[in-house]
Amino acid sequence: MDFSLDLRPFWLTLRVACLATFLALLVGVALAFVIARRQFWGRDWLESLSTLPLVLPPTVLGYYLIVLVGRQGWIGRWLHDTFGFSLIFTWQGAVLAAAIVSIPLVLKSARAAFEEVDQGLENVARTLGLSELAVFLRVSFPLAWRGILAGTMLAFARAMGEFGATLMVAGNLPGKTQTLSLAVYDAVQAGNDHLAMALVLLTSTTCLLILVVSGKLLHRDA
Amino acid sequence: MRCPTLRLSMALVLALHLLSGQAAWGAAQELTVSAAASLANAFSEIGHRFENLHSETKVIFNFAASGALLQQISQGAPVDVFAAADQQTMNRAQEQRLIVPASRKNFVCNRLVLIAPHGRKLTLSGLGDLELPLVKRVALGNPATVPAGRYAQEGLIRAGLWETLQPKLIFGASVRQVLDYVSRGEVEAGFVFSTDAAIVPGKVKILAEIKMQQAIVYPVALVAASPKQDLGQQFLNFLSSPEGMAIFEKYGFVRP
Repeated sequence: MDFSLDLRPFWLTLRVACLATFLALLVGVALAFVIARRQFWGRDWLESLSTLPLVLPPTVLGYYLIVLVGRQGWIGRWLHDTFGFSLIFTWQGAVLAAAIVSIPLVLKSARAAFEEVDQGLENVARTLGLSELAVFLRVSFPLAWRGILAGTMLAFARAMGEFGATLMVAGNLPGKTQTLSLAVYDAVQAGNDHLAMALVLLTSTTCLLILVVSGKLLHRDA
Repeated sequence: MRCPTLRLSMALVLALHLLSGQAAWGAAQELTVSAAASLANAFSEIGHRFENLHSETKVIFNFAASGALLQQISQGAPVDVFAAADQQTMNRAQEQRLIVPASRKNFVCNRLVLIAPHGRKLTLSGLGDLELPLVKRVALGNPATVPAGRYAQEGLIRAGLWETLQPKLIFGASVRQVLDYVSRGEVEAGFVFSTDAAIVPGKVKILAEIKMQQAIVYPVALVAASPKQDLGQQFLNFLSSPEGMAIFEKYGFVRP
């Protein structure tokens, strides 16, 4: 092939997926722990609401995000007036979109994992004087980590492949917000089949590697 | 009803019936028209009128950037009529022998305009003002596939602004996406056709018309692989009929 492949979409995709997975991990695990351990009014509603991004079409999420963080949206207007910053057409916007679609995957796995943890062990830790935070960090989380890791892997894969909401929030700016999935779309639309093929192979190889490596991590001492 | 095989076969029959759903709508013939995004409103009305005149026909539209439509047709999409927003895209279709050259004709003209969100304090008078620091983002169609974007690129190159404006440029997937970006106020300015701007008069205002060296003329042609050449030709004839032209003019298009 006689062209040099622009690798910017590749690095951008990795950066967006890593940050989005990290955000999804924080929010997803916190939500999962609260839902698995606490009884409160509206718990079912909270869980369903947090799972919604899994079932809603990405375009619906993209629309919500535009309405919320767009320059005329509630959050977007405040961001712009206070910090002079707008998430629309930025890679940070892509991170937000990818994080929101990934949260349910962490949440579902983490909730199941927390429910497997013997609550007797947590109570023992409490009688030994550990604070609630310490109980979580030293007992619940270490016992549930395998399930959480499985969910995080799925979240990363989902974040890497995010297309619809990203396109609507972050646009498709070559070199700035154009991730791999958007670059493939662009190349096909413009009839650039060689480029599309190269990007498709790059994406597939990366995803395959991630799955194999994380699969090994997950089963190493199972 | 305790026999699993019977239930399974009933589910299969139902699924097959749903899959072949088209049969349920009767035997009306369909005409598939791939048309430039900027034609969406005018063509939808034209389609309704055409269906009224040809009661057995259903017109199916596929609106997108002309370049994207060309790709679909070259990949074998079952399209009968192709209408593009520029000559370049249609030339490419002709070079690839995707259209019937004899059927090709120009049917409307349009103008390229620079627009801004309505009610913004910022006032821009021309292309040169796009360099002002207050203008953070300027939207245009992706020149690789969107004719309006290619025209905008041509205008900016001629004004000597294409290179300096690069950091501000936001590429849309079609001219209608650019219109949406401007009407939502996500960008300070954008390039669309005057007919696009006329659709949302309360949301965008026209700042300037961008003069082109050659007029913006929309071509239409029959797709070579279409088995419905006669019906397609009737649709082409209707576009240029007095009734068809009246609809185009209502949306702001001009006779060629």
